[in-house]
Amino acid sequence: MNEARAPAQVSVEGLAVGYGERTVQSGLDFTIRRGSVFVIMGPSGCGKSTVLRAMVGLLEPRAGRVCYGDESFWDADADRRDHLRRRFGVMYQGGALWSSMTVAENVSLPLTEHTRLDAATIRQLAELKLALVGLSGFEDFYPAEISGGMNKRVGVARALALDPEVVYFDEPSAGLDPISARRLDDTLLALRDGLGCTMVLVTHELDSIFAIADDAVLLDAASGTMIAQGNPRELRDHSDDARVRRFLRRGET
Amino acid sequence: MVNGTSSDAAHAQLVTTRDGDALVLRPEGNWTLLASIPPLAAVLADAFDNDIRRVSFDCRALVAWDSRLVVLVRAVAQRCAGAGITLDLAALPAGIVRLLELAEAAPEARRQGNPAPERTFLHDVGEQAITFFRSAGELIEFTGAATVACARMLRGKARFRYRDVFRVMQDVGAEALPIVSLISVLVGLILAYIGALQLSQFGASEYVANLVAIAMAREMAAMMTGIIMAGRTGAAFAAQLGTMTANEEIDALRTAAIPPIEFLVLPRIVALVLMLPLLAIYANLMGIFGGALVGLLLLDLDPLQYVTQTRAAVTLTDFATGLFKAAVYGVIVAVSGCLRGMQCGRSAAAVGEATTSAVVTGIVFIVVASATLTIVYEVLGL
Repeated sequence: MNEARAPAQVSVEGLAVGYGERTVQSGLDFTIRRGSVFVIMGPSGCGKSTVLRAMVGLLEPRAGRVCYGDESFWDADADRRDHLRRRFGVMYQGGALWSSMTVAENVSLPLTEHTRLDAATIRQLAELKLALVGLSGFEDFYPAEISGGMNKRVGVARALALDPEVVYFDEPSAGLDPISARRLDDTLLALRDGLGCTMVLVTHELDSIFAIADDAVLLDAASGTMIAQGNPRELRDHSDDARVRRFLRRGET
Repeated sequence: MVNGTSSDAAHAQLVTTRDGDALVLRPEGNWTLLASIPPLAAVLADAFDNDIRRVSFDCRALVAWDSRLVVLVRAVAQRCAGAGITLDLAALPAGIVRLLELAEAAPEARRQGNPAPERTFLHDVGEQAITFFRSAGELIEFTGAATVACARMLRGKARFRYRDVFRVMQDVGAEALPIVSLISVLVGLILAYIGALQLSQFGASEYVANLVAIAMAREMAAMMTGIIMAGRTGAAFAAQLGTMTANEEIDALRTAAIPPIEFLVLPRIVALVLMLPLLAIYANLMGIFGGALVGLLLLDLDPLQYVTQTRAAVTLTDFATGLFKAAVYGVIVAVSGCLRGMQCGRSAAAVGEATTSAVVTGIVFIVVASATLTIVYEVLGL
């Protein structure tokens, strides 16, 4: 991607996160450029998802800031936080669809709560978002009536409901077969190109990383911080850190 | 000592041979989980002495093996490593060598940090006290958040759907009628029966009507309905919200800037506060009906007399005090169910714990509130 000078959309400054008495990750510094696909990668259990929770406002960080544009999320008051939340969407690992609502209601709820649109328009918007992820015709099903992979795709559609500037994905291809995972990657790239949003993924799937990431950070479990930052293909080929090469070349024999 | 009956599935033994400073271990027969083999520790202790410098295996008489033999080899390997003895694994089946390598491969790095120091009694007491105050704090914080949400609702600013309120009202109200009927009739029967036993000694059987009516109106209808609701609805709330927490549905609401307290908790509190007094009125009627059954069938009271006696006994104030209690129990059941659900961990087991905890919290606070309100009514002269 030729976007090296694109302005920063999200910047993370000196972030440290943890649970209870344990700090999981600290000293994280990176910026996510507008319109790029950014991957937070690392082995299982290194705290990727915890970092994501701090970035989307679910877990107060131990230290540091998460800034959207110039505005620091955790320094803002409750109203400003809600305002910032409307600028990003989150897709959760298992979809996390609201199980008492139909697929279409799941996608429309953010619209009914945060816009003044009439019901017919909202319905059309929900149908569009579902069509974008290949689920036309499933509007009136409940989450329990469709497959796990479909739940995830509805999760993507719901994350896109408010046409957010940034969309976060927690392990989007986890639990999918390789073909569905590739299709999801293609869908994400097409959505990024079409909607012009920034995408932030948490994953350890190398195929996905190499296929779609413009930039990435690699988190390390043992040292509890990031050990590399940059384009994952370049890191794989040119990094002089053995841990980075080991992670990115796992799949090669 | 050695005989060749290897067809016996349970036959296995370890023959040890000394040759200078070398020890040869010769497992024979079927070294499987089914084999009866004398305890290895004793055999090895006999075989090893300080002069041994080399250990090797001879597996020519081995018929079959599974992890039983791997355990033996591992025990030998540990002994040798500890005493600096050379161990020759060459004669062992290749599979065993592979398994040993796998077991000795670097284990997952333990998290750094010192092991927890031994805990004293004082330590435990202190920790329990901190946990108690923390959970009391969470309860107060949650109640406060729910109050703020109610205030926003009254100003018409809360983000919730009236559709949800009506759905919860049906769940907790209409669908609870059968169980409330059954329990209330039985409570009325019990009160009347016990009252009848005592009062008939004084020839005052007709006062059974007073006893049942006042007890139901002031205490029992609200209390029994509250406890039924704690078990039925409080548990259901905790399970629903707990499952939503475990599935990250609550997180999804938060990141969509939809406050879960308003969207999920508020409809449940509103529904329960409205429905519990209605159920309590119904429980009153059912309880008085149960009392009347005893009065009419057992004590041969005149139906008209029973009705007159009841009407003379209870005032509107009696009913009002009971209904106010019912509304308070409604808040308690809804708040404790929702609180435990929102505090739930991210696993299926945590949902079960949240449910149990919701029922216990609900019933404890119902009884505490009942006692407190009774004193308050006493002071106010109601």
